[in-house]
Amino acid sequence: MEFYAELLISAMLVLAGFFGFVGSFGLVKLPDQMTRLHGPTKAATLGVGGVLIASLLWFAFFGDHYSWHELLIALFLFLTAPITGLMIAKVNMHLTWSPDELPHCGEDKHWATFGNSAERSLMDSTAEDGKDERDHHE
Amino acid sequence: MIRRLFPHPYLSALLVVIWMLLVNRFAWGSLVFAVILAIAVPALTEPYWPDRARLRHPLKIVRYCLMVIYDIIKANIQVAMIVLFKPNRNLHPAWITIPLELRSPEAITVLASTVTLTPGTVSADLSQDGHALLVHCLHAPDPESVILDIKSRYEDRLKEIFE
Repeated sequence: MEFYAELLISAMLVLAGFFGFVGSFGLVKLPDQMTRLHGPTKAATLGVGGVLIASLLWFAFFGDHYSWHELLIALFLFLTAPITGLMIAKVNMHLTWSPDELPHCGEDKHWATFGNSAERSLMDSTAEDGKDERDHHE
Repeated sequence: MIRRLFPHPYLSALLVVIWMLLVNRFAWGSLVFAVILAIAVPALTEPYWPDRARLRHPLKIVRYCLMVIYDIIKANIQVAMIVLFKPNRNLHPAWITIPLELRSPEAITVLASTVTLTPGTVSADLSQDGHALLVHCLHAPDPESVILDIKSRYEDRLKEIFE
């Protein structure tokens, strides 16, 4: 039993290491800044996720008591990783892309990064009357 | 009274759970402190989050999370293959525009985060009035199918949950 538990934990660690490696390798190998952004977002999900699962299992099998901190790490990671990605993407857009190179954004005038987005915020209108107000403006 | 004490009931519940997980073992004292936090934090942050997020089907969140985790694993393997074995000249990165039907800011935030977390796509920007999401794809020979995929897999389900 103990052997299989150790095997499972080691397998998770190796898997996590592999995906962490792929994420970092992507950072080197991919051609431009926007595609390079895809590398770290991967390492953050499966790579770190694998280590967390291994840690959960270790505490469940060999620890004194269950540990729940791993769930929190996963939660905070899932909250912060997309925001970091978004910020890096926005900086990239400002530095290396002009608005005409990006696809058109449909019914609005600009993407928020390039347009004058201070005009009106989504948060200004309440959820209930949001639709009506928006119709009035347009 | 209840409404003033708990302007964001889901946030309060989440804070209690997070605090108890942080403490890592059950004690009544920690529970009391968790409840104090659950009242104080939403009250302090209320000016920045005036609307109450409405959840129509809170239980469907569990199903959504499981589906996203499955997608993350599947997409991770696909992207690992692309990174390891596909030469850069065969790579077709693309910008795509996803027209949004979701209106609530919370739902759009969840959708954008999901898109970033599922590897192969990174959400880069929102249009000025929140009607479209700009997404960068690592490898999308057929951008239309990616748009349809995101709309049917994630947006429809989020619409069920939030609206």
